[in-house]
Amino acid sequence: MARSAVMRPPVLAEPGAGVYNEKLGIWVFLGSEVMFFTALIGAYIILRTAHPGAWQEPGEMLNVPITAFNTFLLICSSVTMVKAFAAIQEGRQKHLTLWLLATVLIGASFVGVQAYEYAELIHKGFVPSEGLYGSTFYTMTGFHGFHVSVGVLCLIFVTFRAWRGGYTAEDHRGVEVIGLYWHFVDLVWIILFTIVYLI
Amino acid sequence: MDATTPATPAAPPADEPVHHPSYIGVWFGLAFLTAIELGVAFLPWAKITIILILVGLAVWKALLVALYYMHLRYEPTRLRVLAMAPLPLALILVVAVIMEYR
Repeated sequence: MARSAVMRPPVLAEPGAGVYNEKLGIWVFLGSEVMFFTALIGAYIILRTAHPGAWQEPGEMLNVPITAFNTFLLICSSVTMVKAFAAIQEGRQKHLTLWLLATVLIGASFVGVQAYEYAELIHKGFVPSEGLYGSTFYTMTGFHGFHVSVGVLCLIFVTFRAWRGGYTAEDHRGVEVIGLYWHFVDLVWIILFTIVYLI
Repeated sequence: MDATTPATPAAPPADEPVHHPSYIGVWFGLAFLTAIELGVAFLPWAKITIILILVGLAVWKALLVALYYMHLRYEPTRLRVLAMAPLPLALILVVAVIMEYR
């Protein structure tokens, strides 16, 4: 498949990186986010390797089925986000708004399920001060949940702007930039789900 | 454009048809791999075997998201290099922390 067929730039690309400035900016920001989450995941791996007795087996404390459902939600939100991007590339503004709205709703559902999971765990006595297991669990999933929440707020803004006709086939930078952030949040969760819940 | 302004590559016309990869196919793949992860995590196998399989599946899923949903597969090489630039730095960070911890 030709590269330009998929990634037709929404505006003229800048010389140098070959992409427009906002897109270059979000990729640099995502690079810093990789370092941020690497610090968390790296610390988690080191602590867990050094203190294996502080952790419980998968499913003993954490609710794997409900988190698997949450993982499925985030995967679904990624596909609705990319469908929104594809819609506005073809100039279908109504479909853009609908796909974005679906992404907002699914993203907010993810945060809601995570809040329910936290309430359930705290009720069982699994709190951040419980020890290494609790503190690393809440730090990693909490920071990720914060990123999802920020993404949902940004998506609400983008959806409102899309509803007002703010994006066109010729210029839809905002949709692509928030989309990249949202997919990155999904990607981080894929790693966290495996490391925190399944291993 | 004056003589000092660098040339800017022109965007293809907006009415040109856009062909996308199969986003639903990728979604199906992600859901399928997640189901496999859930099955593998509770198998009575050696812990190290399960960890290697689960990490492999997670990397596979992450690559699917990065290549097809974030469109890295279709981006200019320079942007792909920029996107991968933090990975060696992340490796250095983890190795440095491990050495410091010991």
